[in-house]
Amino acid sequence: MLNTSDILETIRMIQDECLDIRTITMGISLLDCCAEDMNIVCDRVYEKITRKAEKLVATGQQIETEYGIPIINKRISITPAAMLVSATRGGDPVLLARTLQRAAETTGVNFIGGFSALVQKGFSAGDDALIRAIPQALAETSNLCASVNVGSTKAGINMDAVRLMGEIIRESAELTADHQCFGPAKLVVLCNAPEDNPFMAGAFHGVGEPDCEIHVGVSGPGVVRAAIEKYPDATIDELANIIKRTAFKITRMGQLVGTRASKMLDVPFGIVDLSLAPTPAVGDSVAHILEGMGLSICGMHGTTAALALLNDAVKKGGVMASSSVGGLSGAFIPVSEDAGMIDAANSGVLSIEKLEAMTAVCSVGLDMIVIPGDTPASTISAIIADEAAIGMVNSKTTAVRVIPAIGKKEGEELDFGGLFGVGPVMPVRRESAEKFIARGGRIPAPMQSLKN
Amino acid sequence: MKAVITVIGHDTVGILYKVSGICAERNANVIEVTQSVLQDLFAMFMLVDIRSISCEFSELSEALTDLGKELGLSIHVMHEDIFNSMHRI
Repeated sequence: MLNTSDILETIRMIQDECLDIRTITMGISLLDCCAEDMNIVCDRVYEKITRKAEKLVATGQQIETEYGIPIINKRISITPAAMLVSATRGGDPVLLARTLQRAAETTGVNFIGGFSALVQKGFSAGDDALIRAIPQALAETSNLCASVNVGSTKAGINMDAVRLMGEIIRESAELTADHQCFGPAKLVVLCNAPEDNPFMAGAFHGVGEPDCEIHVGVSGPGVVRAAIEKYPDATIDELANIIKRTAFKITRMGQLVGTRASKMLDVPFGIVDLSLAPTPAVGDSVAHILEGMGLSICGMHGTTAALALLNDAVKKGGVMASSSVGGLSGAFIPVSEDAGMIDAANSGVLSIEKLEAMTAVCSVGLDMIVIPGDTPASTISAIIADEAAIGMVNSKTTAVRVIPAIGKKEGEELDFGGLFGVGPVMPVRRESAEKFIARGGRIPAPMQSLKN
Repeated sequence: MKAVITVIGHDTVGILYKVSGICAERNANVIEVTQSVLQDLFAMFMLVDIRSISCEFSELSEALTDLGKELGLSIHVMHEDIFNSMHRI
């Protein structure tokens, strides 16, 4: 018989500490849907997605019942849509976006990710058309996520793309101003984007991936926090061990669910993304883990060190628990989706500058940050450039998902609802980066030796 | 295929009887039971074979959850794999 304390521990993690599988994401290659005529592309895309993912949601629900573990989201990631647009003769990407929305509704998934372009070195015709269509596509759809990769350690940073994305983010916010500026909440600008990421908004199905596969994203900030709080006097290395052990258990569950889903759907198993993804729910906050380590509030001095320890321990614990780890794998620090981060931002202790430092040691970047509505596009571009530079130089993924709150200023907030949470408007520097951003061109790829 | 049924809550007469009744009605064979009562808190762990149950797993799970609500107990049914994978290497 199983050990009763083990059984109780698992049940407690799920019931009281918000342990869940954040997402089962099916990656689907759409390369075989290419055609010159956008209408044919749309028909093929719709047919392939609805065929491959027909049973995705039902399978997810069945696993939920069998194992008694909540699976919050069922999602789909697709081949970067810009590639399909490139193959057409000037097809309208918004048509494709509407098709993807229809496919999301038919399959019942929460999100489709992959309205994406990879332009770290330059634009093809499809890339340019797709990026310019993003604001309209996001305004017309509700379950579609877009992403643009503007830099990589191997290629450097495409500053033309950085400049363009500042404008696109603003435009997207303006188009959705009546809906809490929700457009840019579904748009992320990446550097070193992973090709097998199951998490939105940056999920897409890379060209090196198989035709179809299943990824799992686990989550469990509450479990880690509860584990840490049991040892108030532990030294830092003991803390690291506690986090590793907890991450191991969480990841094992992700591996189990992924293997089971892959078998039931007869689709190869891709990766487990062992991320600590917070939600606005009480007790599901990454900021509270850092505070549980002994910081009085997230964002104060010491936060970067605590986050570095957490991120590394999560990876170390998770790697042994899964046959294949990938995606972003680390701690997420979205502001609006994390109750502790929201409090810290409201108190003024957590600033964008500190968040930027934190992104140098955790798995993603500046995430779900609401900025004043009058922030110029060039300042948004400059934020993207800074963040991409951190990713490029440190050979890691970084990202920017900022939401200009049109018509709002510091002290106000945007309420997205659900997992997206509530974001207070955070101050940004008012000085101009216009000249720097207007230059365009490319930041060359960094040295890979002489690393100091 | 085995499932673990856990029952936790205030002790009353006939908990084991009612839970095993639901299992028997659906042809779920009880393999092992561990039960303890600490002061007023009742805790029971039941390992059942669900290979030849006469209904869908979800129906068994719902029936037990409903019983839990009726008796004011917390009842969970989970596949044993989740515990094995989480706690054993």
